[in-house]
Amino acid sequence: MKKLAVALMLLAATPAFAADPSEMLKDPVLEKKAEDLGHELRCLVCQNESIEDSNADLARDLRVIVRERIAKGETPDQVKQYVVDRYGDYVLLKPPFKITTLVLWLGPFALLVLGALAAFAVFRRRGAAATQTQSAPLSAEEKRRLDALLKDNGQ
Amino acid sequence: MRRLLYLLPVALFGVLALFFLKGLTMNPRDIPSVLINRPVPEMNLAPLPGRGEDTGLATADLKGRVSLVNIYGSWCIACVQEHPYLVKIKQMGIVPIHGIDWRDDPAEGAKWLKKHGDPYDRVGVDPAPGRTAIDFGVTGAPETFVVDKAGIIRYKHIGPVSQDVWENTLLPIIKELSK
Repeated sequence: MKKLAVALMLLAATPAFAADPSEMLKDPVLEKKAEDLGHELRCLVCQNESIEDSNADLARDLRVIVRERIAKGETPDQVKQYVVDRYGDYVLLKPPFKITTLVLWLGPFALLVLGALAAFAVFRRRGAAATQTQSAPLSAEEKRRLDALLKDNGQ
Repeated sequence: MRRLLYLLPVALFGVLALFFLKGLTMNPRDIPSVLINRPVPEMNLAPLPGRGEDTGLATADLKGRVSLVNIYGSWCIACVQEHPYLVKIKQMGIVPIHGIDWRDDPAEGAKWLKKHGDPYDRVGVDPAPGRTAIDFGVTGAPETFVVDKAGIIRYKHIGPVSQDVWENTLLPIIKELSK
């Protein structure tokens, strides 16, 4: 009985959307465009949420304006530019690739390459050191002593 | 020399730690405005009811002299905190303050000014979805913009204006722009 109740409740549960159904565009293609764009735009109030996910008033306003512009026939890039013109690159959850963000984008890879080079250098040196000790032949004197020792042991 | 090389990761960690430490003391609400040194956005906002001859706030109203534009709303808690100081600035008579009643019922906005004092020369109403506020790049109320004689935005202050903010930040900028 309890299990049935839980199952029924789960059935009734739908994913939460911040976007009010009344805000959504009638045309599902345009609505999809607006949603995809909205997921890339940062809510300026809650900062780590996109405007699609946020319940803040400002996020709601931006959702409405994004949809208005999409419905008017603007491309998502044009609408994105409209928002960036007002709020800067900060509003983009994914920072753009340009001179000032070069370190941000390439830094991790640069560190990875640096680490790989360092590891390569260290391992190669160790390998070289190991083969060197192996290949050093015994001198005649060493051989004689080794034989003597082995003989002693055999007795 | 080789020994020093082994210290490199420690040094890198030190540099990172310094950056993080700096990050701890920074205010994440201070988002640099991209509108600095750009003209105030095109706007033509309706006036608040009951403010006499006020005709609202339009772009042209911000030309001719240095002015402050303050974003407020009757719903805004921090605005209550800064408001007495705005009234004080008005009394000093150094610079006119214009208000934008953001995302608000105009009747509520007017009532709020009656209750807390009215420091504004002009007030424009910007109802949801707050197009003018978004044109200004507003992220929350209160925010205060310094606009120069040519109608160009020169500074944006996020959060309440206090005596400290006025004396050490806004006033020096206003003096410089008024020359």
